[in-house]
Amino acid sequence: MKEKTTDKKGSLLSPFKAINYLFKKPRTLRYPFESKEPALRYRGFHLNDWEKCTGCGNCADICPNEAITMVEIPEIEPKASEKNERPKLDYGRCCFCGLCVDICPAGSLRLSRDYFHIHFDTDTFTFFPKDENSDKEHFLGSGQYSILKASLAHRKENYEGFVSDLDYSLFEPQRVPMPEVAPEERKLSFIEQVIGYSKEEAQKEASRCLECKLCEEACPAHLKISDYVKAIYEDKPDESLKKIFEDNPIPSICGRICMKHCEAACSLSIRGQAVAIRWLKRFAADSIKDYKTALELKPAEPSGRKVAVIGAGPSGLSIAYFLTLKGHKVTAFDCLPGGGGMMRIGPPLYRLPIEAIDKDVNHIASLGVEFRFNTTVGKDILFEDILREYDAIYLCIGTTVSRSTKVKNIDKAHQALPFLQEGKIGSGTKVGKEIIVIGGGNVAMDVAREALRLQHIQYPGENVITKTVSLEDWNEMPATKEEIEDTKAEGIQFNPGWGPKEAKVEDDRIKGLLCVKVESVFDEQGRFSPTFYEEKQMFLQGDMIIEAIGQAPDFSFLPKGLFENLEFTPQRKVKVDENGMTSILRVFAGGDIVNLNLDAVTAIADAKLAAEGIHKMLCKR
Amino acid sequence: MSMNLNSKAATSPRELELYFGPQHLGMVGNFSITLKVEGDRILEAQANPGYLHRGFEKLMEYRTWIQNFPMVCRINVVEPDSMEMVYAMAVEKLANIEVPEKAHYIRSIYLELSRVASHLFGLWAYANMLGFDTVAQWAMYHRDLILDLFEELTGGRVYHIYIWPGGVRRDFPPGFKDKIVNTLHSIGGCVPDYDATFFNNRLFYERAKGIGKLTQQQAKEFGATGQTLRATGMKFDIRKVEPYAAYDKVDWDVPVREEGDAYSRVWVIRDEMIESVHMIFKLLDAMPEGEVYNRIPNPFKWRIPKAETYVRVESSRGELGLYMVSSGGYKPYRVHFRTPSYPNGLIILEKLLKNASIADVGNIMISLYVVAPEIDR
Repeated sequence: MKEKTTDKKGSLLSPFKAINYLFKKPRTLRYPFESKEPALRYRGFHLNDWEKCTGCGNCADICPNEAITMVEIPEIEPKASEKNERPKLDYGRCCFCGLCVDICPAGSLRLSRDYFHIHFDTDTFTFFPKDENSDKEHFLGSGQYSILKASLAHRKENYEGFVSDLDYSLFEPQRVPMPEVAPEERKLSFIEQVIGYSKEEAQKEASRCLECKLCEEACPAHLKISDYVKAIYEDKPDESLKKIFEDNPIPSICGRICMKHCEAACSLSIRGQAVAIRWLKRFAADSIKDYKTALELKPAEPSGRKVAVIGAGPSGLSIAYFLTLKGHKVTAFDCLPGGGGMMRIGPPLYRLPIEAIDKDVNHIASLGVEFRFNTTVGKDILFEDILREYDAIYLCIGTTVSRSTKVKNIDKAHQALPFLQEGKIGSGTKVGKEIIVIGGGNVAMDVAREALRLQHIQYPGENVITKTVSLEDWNEMPATKEEIEDTKAEGIQFNPGWGPKEAKVEDDRIKGLLCVKVESVFDEQGRFSPTFYEEKQMFLQGDMIIEAIGQAPDFSFLPKGLFENLEFTPQRKVKVDENGMTSILRVFAGGDIVNLNLDAVTAIADAKLAAEGIHKMLCKR
Repeated sequence: MSMNLNSKAATSPRELELYFGPQHLGMVGNFSITLKVEGDRILEAQANPGYLHRGFEKLMEYRTWIQNFPMVCRINVVEPDSMEMVYAMAVEKLANIEVPEKAHYIRSIYLELSRVASHLFGLWAYANMLGFDTVAQWAMYHRDLILDLFEELTGGRVYHIYIWPGGVRRDFPPGFKDKIVNTLHSIGGCVPDYDATFFNNRLFYERAKGIGKLTQQQAKEFGATGQTLRATGMKFDIRKVEPYAAYDKVDWDVPVREEGDAYSRVWVIRDEMIESVHMIFKLLDAMPEGEVYNRIPNPFKWRIPKAETYVRVESSRGELGLYMVSSGGYKPYRVHFRTPSYPNGLIILEKLLKNASIADVGNIMISLYVVAPEIDR
């Protein structure tokens, strides 16, 4: 190029060199007889897999041109954690930038290589994108497809263009790892396993939330999750706590042991990891020392009404809080020496320390709730007297009686609840060196891990073994994946798919458990009805057996006449109406005796409902 | 071109007011010039922008940081890529976002491809206007080959929406390096034909030599950048002065000429294209492996701390600057683009048209490389 910089007037003849080009083939395409295949990443019309789409609406939120609206589709039966809304595109506005593809957490929204649409009716330019899975009619194979008919209603199948790629997504699929005590260290003592986020970690984790609010639909108590997560991100801990307390007055407890239905629904969990909503709640609760000053609660004027709450577990604590704020005088009865109910005795100390429980309980007590601990209803105080004395009663007694396998010699075994209670608020049961835990649920995992810790404390340095045996196989075990992983990591052995047959006893001491192979746990209708291969047997050696196969409620405190009036559902749950009231007038119920989820957050949801019901009833009279 | 015989502006009976554009065949883009002529001689010219005012700078104040990214490219239809680059650079500077090494190389390669495509488009306009239809069609065809590359890399032919804050949107697809090399070789193979038919054509010389002559002093005074400035002998290129992307990683030269007329401006464009192609080959060889995108914060929660910045890049037309202010929110508080066509198309054009002949209006305008959408925004 440098040699050209000097001036040359140029030739008059050289341009005729271009005549050569006359004999070359033309470069233009004779459309539609010759067509050009668009590139593999072409950004054409949208495709959306309606099966994968959760209706989260992130595409509509990010669209710079407001070309996408979320429209409810009544034909779609929304799944538990999804919305039955689907994006509708307006091709009068769309600029084919593909931001909607890069933000789609499900990866259902893609762009195709189609770009033809000719129509006289402008209404056809707004349409619901689908793909060949969701719309067989308009997506045609190469045999039926013709470029002459190409339009939004006549498209080629398997013609994906610009698709989502997690490496280039606009959301962060990986969560901030939660610092934990290593399994080798934590199994030696009751140190809390989860250390908790620092402020920076919590903010970073909170920043991942896309605010689609699928979690809020999934949460039984419908906490304003996206609001409180955003407040954490914006470093406004007070605001975050206020949002949490609107629906959940025990965040310190729930922030540790919640069953997190929200995280299962989180749109980020589809292809990545859910926002750590539970740990963020825990962070919000732990980062504020004194709830009272942060919340600035203003309880209503005293109404003069009295409400008795039987059971000071999550449901009882919550209703006490909600009703106190509405101005009613609440008295809560519990047979335990402190609040928290099952939370106080169930989840071992490495999961839920007593201080975390007391923080929530003391705050509720400070609002004016009267707690009558160490008081067993039916023994220390009669139910009839309570019914007479109070305007309304809320029953949230939980399930306190451990179920038994009732196999031979099992009376020598320990029961889960007393064992856990002794470990948590007592001095710890004397354990054996080789423990067998029967059960595959979360309580069984708690029991096994508690037993392992007690073994390490009582026999330091010695060789100790804890094993579990459960009817269910790995894939149907009711315990959460997370809990099973943590349990495995601590070295606890699993024997899934075996049922207890007989406890072997010699000289009045347990020698082991005889098990038979399980054929199936559930029958064809999905009901619990285990069958066994009687010939396949296994003997598990052990010097201690703990049964952790479930609990049942204890209604013995109810006078016979009243109990007969108490109606139950077919699943043996207490039947309540839309206000949370049982078949007995003025008696409301919630928690594990009412719902099938058997967890704290559903108990809180029950309490929220019943609080409204009780308030409505008390205001009417 | 229409005449207005009754205009009050006309002082002598031989004086006419002529409207050149926006519907004139010699005009590129929605732009017009009002000429006061006497015979064939232009007494005064007035540029009339405004036909393409879309209010981008205001629109951007209403969109989040990421939502602006698909929009900035639309400011300059012919070369959208340096718009993307300057926006990405401004956001990266305000929000302190690091860009991976490989992304810098990809950005440079992509911007140089874009420069070649833009120059070919400019060549089409210029040759077409002078009546060299054959060359114009070649240029358009070769530009299309580069658009094919863009389509493969980014999924779009004209608006690529590819350089975004934090890097680039996708890595090179498999075998893409070879495709770039092959395409550029096939275009480069036609340079002798271009030279014979156009650049060394006596007709082009006669038509462009000495037309629209600008001195270096004038060019500086009027704020000219790009080819307009470099054709007056000033070696000024943002890629050298304030290197961005990977421009400081390889060795390359800034083509310069001395005369300052239309002829030299078009020659600078030609030389620049060739230099860009060489640069792309060097960049492809030097390109490291690795990541091409550092994830930006969650777009729904992304706020940029209070700050302001001015960044500039060398677009195919000259210095493209972006002044952006963040007030600490989800959206820019103020956006202003400094586009090279603004001084070229308004101030310099009016100066150079004075005393020119009517037949040279298009010649001068297109040699100044004016793109109307850049002026209006």
